[in-house]
Amino acid sequence: MIETNGLTKIFDVKKSPDITAVQDLTLFIPEGEVFGFLGPNGAGKTTTIRMLTSLIAPTAGTARVNGYQLGVDDTEIRRSIGVLTESPGLYERLSAFRNLSIFAELYDVADVDGQVSKYLHMLGLWSRRDEPAGSFSKGMRQKLAIARALLHEPKVLFLDEPTSGLDPEAARLVRSFIEELRGEGRTIFLCTHNLTEADRLCDRIGIFKSRLIEIDTPENLREKFYGRRVVFHLRQLDPAWADQVSGIAGVKDVQTVDQKLVVGMEDPEALNPQIVRLLVQAGADIEFVGELRHSLEEIYIQTMQESEEEEAAA
Amino acid sequence: MKHIKTIVLKEWSEVFKNRLVLFTLIFMPLIFTIMPLAMLYFTGDGMAGNMGAVQSADVPVEFLSACSPEMSAGDCMQIYVMNQFLLIFMMMPVIIPVTIAAYSIVGEKATHSLEPLLATPISTTELLAGKSLAAGLPAILIGWTSFGIFLLGLPILGVSRAVIDYITGPTWLLAILVAGPLMAIASVNFALFVSSRVNAPRVAEQISSVMIVPILGLLFAQLAGIIVINVLTMLSFIGGMALLDVGLIYLGASIFQREKILTRWK
Ligand SMILES: Nc1ncnc2c1ncn2[C@@H]1O[C@H](COP(=O)(O)OP(=O)(O)O)[C@@H](O)[C@H]1O
Ligand SMILES: [Mg+2]
Repeated sequence: MIETNGLTKIFDVKKSPDITAVQDLTLFIPEGEVFGFLGPNGAGKTTTIRMLTSLIAPTAGTARVNGYQLGVDDTEIRRSIGVLTESPGLYERLSAFRNLSIFAELYDVADVDGQVSKYLHMLGLWSRRDEPAGSFSKGMRQKLAIARALLHEPKVLFLDEPTSGLDPEAARLVRSFIEELRGEGRTIFLCTHNLTEADRLCDRIGIFKSRLIEIDTPENLREKFYGRRVVFHLRQLDPAWADQVSGIAGVKDVQTVDQKLVVGMEDPEALNPQIVRLLVQAGADIEFVGELRHSLEEIYIQTMQESEEEEAAA
Repeated sequence: MKHIKTIVLKEWSEVFKNRLVLFTLIFMPLIFTIMPLAMLYFTGDGMAGNMGAVQSADVPVEFLSACSPEMSAGDCMQIYVMNQFLLIFMMMPVIIPVTIAAYSIVGEKATHSLEPLLATPISTTELLAGKSLAAGLPAILIGWTSFGIFLLGLPILGVSRAVIDYITGPTWLLAILVAGPLMAIASVNFALFVSSRVNAPRVAEQISSVMIVPILGLLFAQLAGIIVINVLTMLSFIGGMALLDVGLIYLGASIFQREKILTRWK
């Protein structure tokens, strides 16, 4: 469980203006949710993780992690969470086993050897346990770093861009490992700038750039942004037709733009014939019918631009 | 305590895999032990018969007064030479921690492995203690071991009773047993501080090596006849070192805070 209230971090940079990395972040992430924290580079994702893991102190606001108050029960917070930091920071000269056992000891795990061997088996690394971590592939090293954050079976796991800088194959390996973890009921806070990743792995997504811009389930976001829209180009438009079209079952929203009707719906193949019939009967001359498609990427970029414009206006 | 032990063992298994560090840890003590022994061996003969020459030329007058009257001039000369080497012995506890700390802190900075460490329940005090012990303990142990080997070598080389008595006397024991560890502590904390500011282990080592300046100071002061190494000078040196330690520990602890490590260490 993660709960934040007005969490803010302002970096006081000497000889240049202060940087507001995180502004007034209010969030509630229930236990067991996989939450995607989606934002471009420099959005303040790492700063947010560092605050929530009590590595750096917020400038303002409060937060609770697993019920522990940030700034009060910091050691308890650290004990109950696992973190994959932005750079995994494995000890490359040390063996896979040592890399894990050091952290198991620091997390006061009762059965160090048992936990380490459990995760090395899970990663398929048991037979290579004595090889230095530096000799593994990038994807494997990242998985080892995630396993290192799980040795004490934390209830909350923070992952800071787990697939960034990995080739597609390595990224796939890491994603399927995260998918395995989803089943275990842990709360996962996943920072990423990769939309498809957030879409695939997360129960809810927060689009973030210094401020939280949107927060919803991928389905709702997709519908909101990406929901299928059909454009009916008409010779002239009678505003009354929009009301008639929106009366059809299955039509979600109708907008009028110039001489065009833009109709949002889930299943255009089923509804288009009915809409065309209605418009023709009402006396409309239909010039052209086409689908308006936005890729998720495009929408994401658009949201970012909108938020920048708003900022500039403010 | 368990956390500190984990950190110390982790540091050692990492740092000792570095050839440069290993070289410093093995060859420097070897050379610093063999040199004085060889010196004793070559100055041992012929000195006794040559009183006048020794007295006037090589040993500062102030030092002669430090030798007890029943000593031969040759013994006195040997003690004088050995006192120069004592200072070289004292350089070990300064140089070794600098090497280890430079690699252990700067190395972790380069690989960004400090952040995951800081995200564990370990306290920064435990982490600092672990890093300091990992750098300081080998220095103290290696220093003492070299001194032990040196002591064992003395009778084998036929060094006279008076010289052995002097070397196992209060001046040397204070230097090796008390001043050495105090200097190691100063050196560790200074090296931690410097390492937090630079990005290459070699640079950290070079800057931290200013810590040998106090010893060089003693060495040249003695060579120039300004001071004589005896119990009194050693005690004052120990007092000064203890003060310096307090200051440097404070400095080391003040930079070793989670947020500072993540945001200020560049
Ligand atoms: N220690 C720091 N001092 C000053 N500015 C910082 C510091 N850490 C991060 N920032 C700034 O805060 C902003 C957010 O950074 P970060 O949290 O790393 O973003 P993200 O992880 O989303 O890429 C950036 O503009 C970055 O330059
Ligand atoms: Mg980041």
